[in-house]
Amino acid sequence: MSFFSRHRILLPVISLAVLLAATFYMQPRAMSYFGLNLLFNLAVPIALATIAQMMIIMVNDIDLSVGAFVSLVACITATYLNDSPMIGILMLVALIVTYAAMGAVIDALELPAIVVTLGMSFVWGGLALFILPSPGGASPGWLRTLMTVKPPFMPMAVVASILIAIVTHLLIIRSGFGTVLRGVGGNSRALTRAGLSVTRLKAWAYGLAGLFGVLAGMALVGLTTAADANIALRYTLLSIAGVILGGGEFTGGKVSPTGAVIGALTLTLAASFLSFLRLSPDWQIGSQGAILILVLTARLIFSRKGAAT
Amino acid sequence: MSAQSASRKSGSSLAALSSRPWIWSWTAAALAFSATLWLTSGRGAGELAYAALSFGAFAAIVGLGQMLVITLGPGNIDLSVPATMTLAATLALRAMGTEPGTAFYGLAIALATGLGVGMANYALIFLLRLPPIIATLAASLIYQSIAIWSNRGLRIKPPEGLADFSTGRFLHIPNVAWIALGLAILLWILLERMTWGRWLLATGQNLRAARLAGVPVEAVRAATYITVALFASLAGFLLASFSGGAALNMGAEYLLMSIAVVVIGGCSVAGGDSNVPGVWGAALFMFLVVSMLNSYGTGAGVRLVLTGSIIIAIVIAASTRRSKQ
Repeated sequence: MSFFSRHRILLPVISLAVLLAATFYMQPRAMSYFGLNLLFNLAVPIALATIAQMMIIMVNDIDLSVGAFVSLVACITATYLNDSPMIGILMLVALIVTYAAMGAVIDALELPAIVVTLGMSFVWGGLALFILPSPGGASPGWLRTLMTVKPPFMPMAVVASILIAIVTHLLIIRSGFGTVLRGVGGNSRALTRAGLSVTRLKAWAYGLAGLFGVLAGMALVGLTTAADANIALRYTLLSIAGVILGGGEFTGGKVSPTGAVIGALTLTLAASFLSFLRLSPDWQIGSQGAILILVLTARLIFSRKGAAT
Repeated sequence: MSAQSASRKSGSSLAALSSRPWIWSWTAAALAFSATLWLTSGRGAGELAYAALSFGAFAAIVGLGQMLVITLGPGNIDLSVPATMTLAATLALRAMGTEPGTAFYGLAIALATGLGVGMANYALIFLLRLPPIIATLAASLIYQSIAIWSNRGLRIKPPEGLADFSTGRFLHIPNVAWIALGLAILLWILLERMTWGRWLLATGQNLRAARLAGVPVEAVRAATYITVALFASLAGFLLASFSGGAALNMGAEYLLMSIAVVVIGGCSVAGGDSNVPGVWGAALFMFLVVSMLNSYGTGAGVRLVLTGSIIIAIVIAASTRRSKQ
């Protein structure tokens, strides 16, 4: 059964397909352009945040600040980017540079990433509160138009997810640069021996994470049209779960951008599916946990079979 | 993390021999304490210390539990601490139903909840081979649901005697601080003077080597995940009694707090190294720094930014100190 272990992408695809089939069975009317749009409406920011988390997990670190960072970006987007776009763009660029610097510092001083990002989550949260003390702001018009555009055949959320998957797949899996980045997680000593600066590469990985975090925050505001300082805090855990659901692993640079996007879609769909089940709201969060455990158990069966042969 | 952790580990075990890593968190706590008093020119020192001991006690209890898990080595962490606190407190307060004389019954319910949660967490990690981060994260969602379901939005008050005890004091020190102190001493003896503690450190430093040396690695891991859940449920029980009832979000701030105090306390995040007094110092520090910023009149946003910067500054200071050794 080395088939499954060679094609790790199959498990996330099957999970999503099963969940989608179950949703359509429960609610056949969801099987339409409009229905799909509703189901996956909030998937785009989650998928982008998951890709951001994936960049960090790719270099064997973990980012506990994704949620706070996306919230901060959302606050900036809903205020400065809307009122005075130049300042807003400068702020967002500064955030990406800060992320890259964070990666360089973590590597150069051999700091534990989990703690630095934990500390940064306080910083991002504080800045967000500072910028937007109470919920409000407004989405820039062009962003709103972009996020609510109605492409033919497939809803915006699905098209965007496919685009994100293709772009990040080309960048991380197909390009030489992406291969080197994955090498940081796989064998950083080999990269050092090959004359590459691991510190610089980690800065790139973190910078990319910052970029996708910024995109996630902007996409979120485009959908919700307003922001508040706690708008995306749950993204931290969602993004970690999405990466793992998509077949990524915490060590060794084993990540899959396509899988991560599918993982994010699965998590989004799980929430919609549970509301179709007419489950008491008390149990909605718990069932999400149960679905997560179920899918990961399936992964175990696959890898066991792979190991047995 | 793997290549770096090896070098960091050898550095930190040297540091543990030649200096006392806990001194840093206590120095930081003392600095925050004096900075606050400097503003009030010495007034209210007793009250501030008392408040720090009360609130620091809860952070210390969950932090000590988290410390044990983090000591188990890379990848080991319990993200279900907040949900466990909330669930144990909710179930215990509901069982007591404000009846007087039920405090020990409630405590038993809380600890039984902790035992169940710990065993469930470990079962997921061991039987399903899930990474602990994901296992405890997914499980915590289920605990949260159970807490919501059993709570029904009601805020049940703790029995009067229990509320008096948890807000009371003995020899000028809060009762909750005595409990946290007792647990800390117990853990210190366990870690420094008992075989079990050596096993835990050995497992954290090199799981494979420990297993080959005959350490019952899985038993150590199981006991650790159960202990952290027991500590979290005790902290939840005390916190609910202290603050007049269980709330669904009562554990929220203790997720980051429990990890932060372990790191500031000077334990190695790569595992295999723990530091009981440091965790206590860090727990005091985390409260004192917030009250210091409060007394200087900073807004919520600035306070968070400064708290985060201070955490990072301490981690950087600790790492440069280690690499100098």
